[in-house]
Amino acid sequence: MVSEWVAPIVITSIWAFIGIICPFFARGPNRGVTQCCLMLTAATCWLFWLCCYMTQLNPLIGPKLSMNEIMIMAREWGNEIKDTMAVTV
Amino acid sequence: MGDMFRSEKMALCQLFIQPEAAYASIAELGEKGCVQFRDLNEEVSAFQRKYVNEVRRCDDMERRLRYVESEMKKDEVKLPVLRPEEEPIAPNPREIVDLEAQLEKTDNELREMSANGASLDANFRHMQELKYVLENTEGFFSDQEVINLDVNRKLDPEDPANLPGAAQRGQLAFVAGVIKLERFFSFERMLWRISRGNIFLRRADIDGLVADEETGRPVLKTVFVAFFQGEQLKQRIKKVCTGYHAAVYPCPSSHAERKEMIKDVNVRLEDLKLVLSQSADHRSRVLNSASKHLPRWSIMVRKMKAIYHILNFFNPDVTGKCLIGEGWVPTNDISTVQDALARASKISESSIPAFMNVIETNEMPPTYTRTNKFTNGFQNLVDSYGMASYREVNPALYACITFPFLFAVMFGDLGHGLILLLFASWLIIKEKQLSSIKEEIFNIFFGGRYIIFLMGIFSIYTGFIYNDVFSKSMNIFGSAWHMNYTRDVVEDENLKYITLRPNDTVYKTYPFGMDPIWQLADNKIIFLNTFKMKLSIIVGVIHMIFGVSMSVVNFAYYKKYASIFLEFLPQVLFLLLLFGYMVFMMFFKWVVYNDTVEGPLSPACAPSILILFINMILQGSQDTPEPCKEFMFDGQKSIQQVFVVVAIICIPWMLLGKPLYIMIKRKTNGAPPPKPQSGGGEGHGEDDEMGEIFIHQAIHTIEYVLSTVSHTASYLRLWALSLAHAQLSEVLWNMVFSMGFKYDSYIGGILIYVFFGAWALLTVGILVLIEGLSAFLHTLRLHWVEFMSKFYEGAGYAFEPFAFKTILDVSEDD
Repeated sequence: MVSEWVAPIVITSIWAFIGIICPFFARGPNRGVTQCCLMLTAATCWLFWLCCYMTQLNPLIGPKLSMNEIMIMAREWGNEIKDTMAVTV
Repeated sequence: MGDMFRSEKMALCQLFIQPEAAYASIAELGEKGCVQFRDLNEEVSAFQRKYVNEVRRCDDMERRLRYVESEMKKDEVKLPVLRPEEEPIAPNPREIVDLEAQLEKTDNELREMSANGASLDANFRHMQELKYVLENTEGFFSDQEVINLDVNRKLDPEDPANLPGAAQRGQLAFVAGVIKLERFFSFERMLWRISRGNIFLRRADIDGLVADEETGRPVLKTVFVAFFQGEQLKQRIKKVCTGYHAAVYPCPSSHAERKEMIKDVNVRLEDLKLVLSQSADHRSRVLNSASKHLPRWSIMVRKMKAIYHILNFFNPDVTGKCLIGEGWVPTNDISTVQDALARASKISESSIPAFMNVIETNEMPPTYTRTNKFTNGFQNLVDSYGMASYREVNPALYACITFPFLFAVMFGDLGHGLILLLFASWLIIKEKQLSSIKEEIFNIFFGGRYIIFLMGIFSIYTGFIYNDVFSKSMNIFGSAWHMNYTRDVVEDENLKYITLRPNDTVYKTYPFGMDPIWQLADNKIIFLNTFKMKLSIIVGVIHMIFGVSMSVVNFAYYKKYASIFLEFLPQVLFLLLLFGYMVFMMFFKWVVYNDTVEGPLSPACAPSILILFINMILQGSQDTPEPCKEFMFDGQKSIQQVFVVVAIICIPWMLLGKPLYIMIKRKTNGAPPPKPQSGGGEGHGEDDEMGEIFIHQAIHTIEYVLSTVSHTASYLRLWALSLAHAQLSEVLWNMVFSMGFKYDSYIGGILIYVFFGAWALLTVGILVLIEGLSAFLHTLRLHWVEFMSKFYEGAGYAFEPFAFKTILDVSEDD
């Protein structure tokens, strides 16, 4: 369960850095606009990521796949299909 | 955040300028572009203003400049393009006299040359036609002599009765000239009619095209000779020639005389050619020397005219010793204006410096938002809906990000976003070169290049989250779904499809974006629809809450503190308790319901949020089979009832709160003697009827309540357009590009090339341009209606400063 929280923490930290820390370093004549853009970008992008992440956190339905697709994914994505039984001599 | 958060502070300034320094002062202010002058002489007609003569002189100079420019266009003389640093400043009065004299001289010279050239051209043309007549009539006269001999030969010399008749027939006369070929045939018929057939007409076409005298266009012409008898017929023929614009030329009948005449004509033609050539050279030199100065002169004259136009807004002082003007100045630019006035006084060597006072006023100032090339496009989008009221919160600041973000939610595709990004980058990198293009449609794209740039970046991001690259997915972090089936199951002939069950196959969550397995799934649309609908509502409700919150900033600024409690609070409560609660239910459902448990929290028991929401409003209920429960959590029914009751209470709160407050306030103020109100929104309320206030508030309340419901539904377009975009992209891939993969060997390679071309063209044409425009317009509506209606008044008028740059830009567009 520890690894479950790594991805959300990392991504939230990145957007928090962009939206909370970076505005303090904004400089120049358009400082206000820059700060506002940074905060809004972080908020909107984080919210968008959060909704996508949470919709897959506890999926209620699974994908419907054809046999060909299952075999291709098993081969390409490194998850071999097991044989019926292990041969033991 | 001082900039762009709200419009700039404006000050009404009064300027006192010495008449001798007035011209230079306005010139300086025109270069700066910081002052919007008011017309203090609105009642005075244009012809009675102080500087009407100067304006007329400028008009005259402009007319001359236009004439010279049109002459240059005729001769295809190229005008040099002025670089911005080469632009001249407004001329001082001494330079005006010189400029006027110069223009007059050039203008008169060109007009004289045009008139002389016209007459010389006419002479040349006549000589040429005469030459054609003399050359082409050789054949005619040889034929004539043959005819004469025949006639003579038929005569009987011994018959005395025929002798006078024979003499008459021998005396044939003729008329020679040139006529347009297109008119010759009707000319011929006319001659036959008037002579009743007693005419002999011969024709020879002139080779090549000849310039027409009236129009100057090249036309085909023909030489004609008409032989006839009798003086009376000659007069008729000449009249017909005049009527048909045929040029009649003298032509001797003897061969020797014709030769002599041709020689003479040739000599004169050579002389005329020489004179024409020298005239053309001289004209070319004059035009070329003038063309070096014309752009500068045009700018100088336009600036001059603009200055005098503004000076006509000024009033002379009662003492007649200085001019008084009024104008709006951004508060931050007051020092700039004062510096400009001081500089102008120095230039004019005026004894008394011009100065400026700030006047207190109750008038509504114009709205001015300082933008740069990045924010200008977004500000234009907002201003198209309505110009902000003075110092009202500016939604363009937030539109810099929310606009491209909402666009990207609809348009999300990494490949299409990349196309937008590359196009916008090209526009931005080539900014300087492309800014001189004046084509209208291109200018729309160019003006929005930073909007397109951000839309491209955000579309790449949302493309990553949707995991969609031209309708294909990337597996970067490893799919969360694992196959737990044995070979027997997979190779079973009777099974076509397997629907994976989350409990058995999901072992983690795809960390960034959509799991790539869904791109391959047959039930992809069902899953993505639930996600995108929830996303649309969540984003929409947050956007609207943000908009309603902006009204607090406006209320605080305008010191309408009562409105915070009487308008904002019920509005935000209504929105939060109903639709904010709906958003909460969405997140709750995502967290609590899962496939790892049996019982009330299993997927089969997950309730529909829409039905829950409808039942919440209508106090309905729904049968649920065991072991499912109707509600998501204990006590939800009670909470929902409380929320609905409070939301319903908010409606009369919005409806009656403010009018009752105003009514009570008036009664309280009525007890002491009435005092004049100074400013503030309540001041305006004093003059309104109570009935109107109630009606106005009722309209606002109904509008808010209904629009909260309909606007929430309106945000579902984010889902609809996203779905349409993704499906179109997939159809394009499956129906067009994939066709190329079905063939083998070299034919397959060629076909892939061809199909890729078609696919690329359709992708850019339909998915990027048309779909992009559609998403753009829907985003615009979400901002204008759904977001800005929550707080935006938009009742201001734009600050239009007196600026030479604006005047010159407008002139160039004409």
